Amino acid sequence: MIGAYLSIDREDALRQAHEADARRAHGESLPLLGVPVGVKDLLNVQGQPCTCASRMLEGYRSPFDATVVARLRAAGAIIVGRLNMDEFAMGSSTENSAFQRTRNPWNTGCVPGGSSGGSAAAVAGDLAYASLGSDTGGSIRQPASHCGCVGFKPTYGRVSRYGAVGYASSLDQIGPITKDTRDAALFLNVLAGADPHDSTTIATPPPDYLSALGRDLRGLKLGLPDEYFIKGMDSEVENTIRAAVEQCRALGAEIVPVSLPQTEYAIATYYVVATAEASANLARFDGIRYGLRTSSDDVIDLYEKSRSQGFGPEVKRRLILGAFVLSSGYYDAYYLRAQKVRRWIRNGFDEAFTKCDALLTPTSPTTAFRFGEHLDDPLKMYLSDIFTATVNLAGITAISLPCGFSSLGLPIGLQVIGPALGEETILRVAHAYEQSTEWHKRRPNLAAQG
Amino acid sequence: MKQTMAWQADIGLEVHVQLRTRSKMFCGCPNKFGAEPNTHICPVCLGYPGALPVANAAAVRLTAMAGMLIDSEIKLYSKFDRKNYFYPDTSKNYQISQYDEPLCLGGHLDIVVSGESRRIGITRIHLEEDVAKNTHFDTNSGVDFNRAGTPLMEIVTEPDLHTPEETLAFLQALKQVLQYGAISDCNLEQGNIRCDINCSVRQIGATQLGTKIEIKNMNTFRGVFRALQHEIPRQIREIERGGTIVQETRRWDDAAGRTESMRGKEDAHDYRYFPEPDIPPVLLMERDVAQWRSELPELPAARRARFVEAYALPEYDAGVLIADKEVADYFESTVKAGAPAKAASNWIMTELLARVSEAGDSITTLRVTPASLAALLQLVEKKTINGTTAKEVLVVLLAEGGDPAAIVQQRGLAQVSDSGALEGFVSQVIAAHEKSVRDYQAGKQPAFEFLVGQIMRLSRGKANPQLARELLKKHLG
Repeated sequence: MIGAYLSIDREDALRQAHEADARRAHGESLPLLGVPVGVKDLLNVQGQPCTCASRMLEGYRSPFDATVVARLRAAGAIIVGRLNMDEFAMGSSTENSAFQRTRNPWNTGCVPGGSSGGSAAAVAGDLAYASLGSDTGGSIRQPASHCGCVGFKPTYGRVSRYGAVGYASSLDQIGPITKDTRDAALFLNVLAGADPHDSTTIATPPPDYLSALGRDLRGLKLGLPDEYFIKGMDSEVENTIRAAVEQCRALGAEIVPVSLPQTEYAIATYYVVATAEASANLARFDGIRYGLRTSSDDVIDLYEKSRSQGFGPEVKRRLILGAFVLSSGYYDAYYLRAQKVRRWIRNGFDEAFTKCDALLTPTSPTTAFRFGEHLDDPLKMYLSDIFTATVNLAGITAISLPCGFSSLGLPIGLQVIGPALGEETILRVAHAYEQSTEWHKRRPNLAAQG
Repeated sequence: MKQTMAWQADIGLEVHVQLRTRSKMFCGCPNKFGAEPNTHICPVCLGYPGALPVANAAAVRLTAMAGMLIDSEIKLYSKFDRKNYFYPDTSKNYQISQYDEPLCLGGHLDIVVSGESRRIGITRIHLEEDVAKNTHFDTNSGVDFNRAGTPLMEIVTEPDLHTPEETLAFLQALKQVLQYGAISDCNLEQGNIRCDINCSVRQIGATQLGTKIEIKNMNTFRGVFRALQHEIPRQIREIERGGTIVQETRRWDDAAGRTESMRGKEDAHDYRYFPEPDIPPVLLMERDVAQWRSELPELPAARRARFVEAYALPEYDAGVLIADKEVADYFESTVKAGAPAKAASNWIMTELLARVSEAGDSITTLRVTPASLAALLQLVEKKTINGTTAKEVLVVLLAEGGDPAAIVQQRGLAQVSDSGALEGFVSQVIAAHEKSVRDYQAGKQPAFEFLVGQIMRLSRGKANPQLARELLKKHLG
């Protein structure tokens, strides 16, 4: 009914479960021993499919484990299956999957968000204890927000990308989607750390994130950026976020106004940087070595046919845009300019964090929308990421957690943004807020929806 | 009316050199030639989804050292970029290269042609990954990814070369430097060095370069030479005929002995270069660079000069010794082990190199080591043995190895420097050769030399020749 999983290897999952039982029986103790986890279908799991929800990789089997998958295994987790997503992580509703629709467990007429929609829906629908997603412009936080889960986007380089099929290498980051903040810290403990196979990972050893939890907010300054409360945003979302801010004040935080004038340029910048990188990252899908292959006598024709048939419309749109912004004569006006704005955005956050320890914002300007509502209007779809993409451009960290529900019963997410390597601060804020509310304990009533 | 004009060619090279590293540029696969196709491959060099490149530090070091050898500036900040194009010789449909911030900038290499020295400017050296090797069969094509990801540096020269001879001399000089520096094996048969040629012609005296033609994928020095021998007159003929040179890329057809058009300027690729986001910029520390500089082997020209200066060797000796790095190293080790420099040089040049070339061997495989040669030459210097005996000992050393002093002792070859023992030989010789004695006393010097020779013979070569002469003179009054 939810359609979260693209592939489940039942035998393999049961084998892992029996093994975990045996290890528990022997008194072994590992952080995730026997915990069933689903992973977004762009993470390589050795011997299993990895389709990225694309026809292009239908039938492909991973020859190796992604580093995060290997870390989950080492911590004792059971890899249940691979979760639906927007094709190659391009989208905000999971409607761009070439294979199936994933429904929002809170309202099956609504999208789960995206691109890690399967990952969020699986956790909300109790189809996995927790899941892994990837976040390039909000793809963990926005679906977590729409599905009433906790979504964590680590600092760029804190978690290895090795084995995660790249969309935009300088923005992509892997992170957990969980039922609460404590689980987010637990999973981060397992996932974070340097990886010799990913030279963009950070060498500094990660702290114990669990020890950041359990404190109130006294002594913390939390910034409230004006620019994140925009005209035309859902008033229910705005009111809910403002109530959450008051709750943080009640917990001892000092709320300070900050300004991030760069925010309005985030989406334009994001779509230049991300599509440019994607145009090269996805060039390898050409039908020569793996994946979908059409037949032709001519190699150029083979490329064209394979890619025309293998990629969906949104992927094609972004690849063409990416090739354009890098092309001779346009590079300076688009790609180079976007890089400059990106630096400006990073500087804006640096400045804001001289005035406060973390920022409080909405995760998304709306709650989950209905299927098809934004499909004909890519620009409107792109605005779903307006509050999240800046964080990826700056390479910093953020968490989304439930902070209320709309009158239609759809979850609303509060985003806490921290500076680079500020994971402990945002976990502390999120945990203190969460423990003072009941939102994270609510569960969707799937039976009532038929 | 046809005018005869004087032309000059301007030639620049882009030389691709495979580096001598254990593993590939961005993965752990062996960097090894000649294996079965597609056996040195992994998800990274095959460009599998999710695989990431990690830059090979040894390749960065070798490229920087190559730069030092040709006086480039080593940039403490450089970065990798993606060069985008669709072709089955790249697994990712982009090649990781360095575009606008290469590791080495500037530099020069001196060449000698017809006795004249010329300085050729180097524009830059950048580091990249080699591509796969495509083989075309009757009905299909195969791609061998063993070569894909081999560390490759590209050395770009200024258009300072003017003739096929200079170009050949440059390539040979470059090869010698890179081999001396152990940067690359420079094995042309294995494709370790390949190059693209940029060539244009202009009237002598014209200040602007002519329109350039690129000749791609040259893999022999002879091919480069022949291609230029053909291409330069072709361009001159074209212009003299009233035509113009249009910028294009050509290929050399070795069998036909001519260049032919590959693609025009309008078909030039837009490579859409942009910074490689999977690899952070290469940041070198001053102290790393200084360390590498200290590990730099001395180049042939500098070494020759130093041999003349430090060891007081004649230019000729220095030239012979440095021609082969192993011979030069052998010489220096021998001197370090205590041998007089000029004696070491003489013995290596005459006795050892003859032996090496006879056997087609390397000097490093000889049984006589620098230490034992030094010990032998010290015996001569201390007059324990004389030169003749030393040659006898060397024959033993070359055949069996061993310690020269022990050989001398075992075989009773030590020089007789005891005047008591020598007096006996002197008296015997004077008694036996009265005529020669008289000749000498009559002023005939050769007679004296004859008598010395007889003393040496009687002592079976062991007499100290100096002492023998003195004693003989004394006896003959």
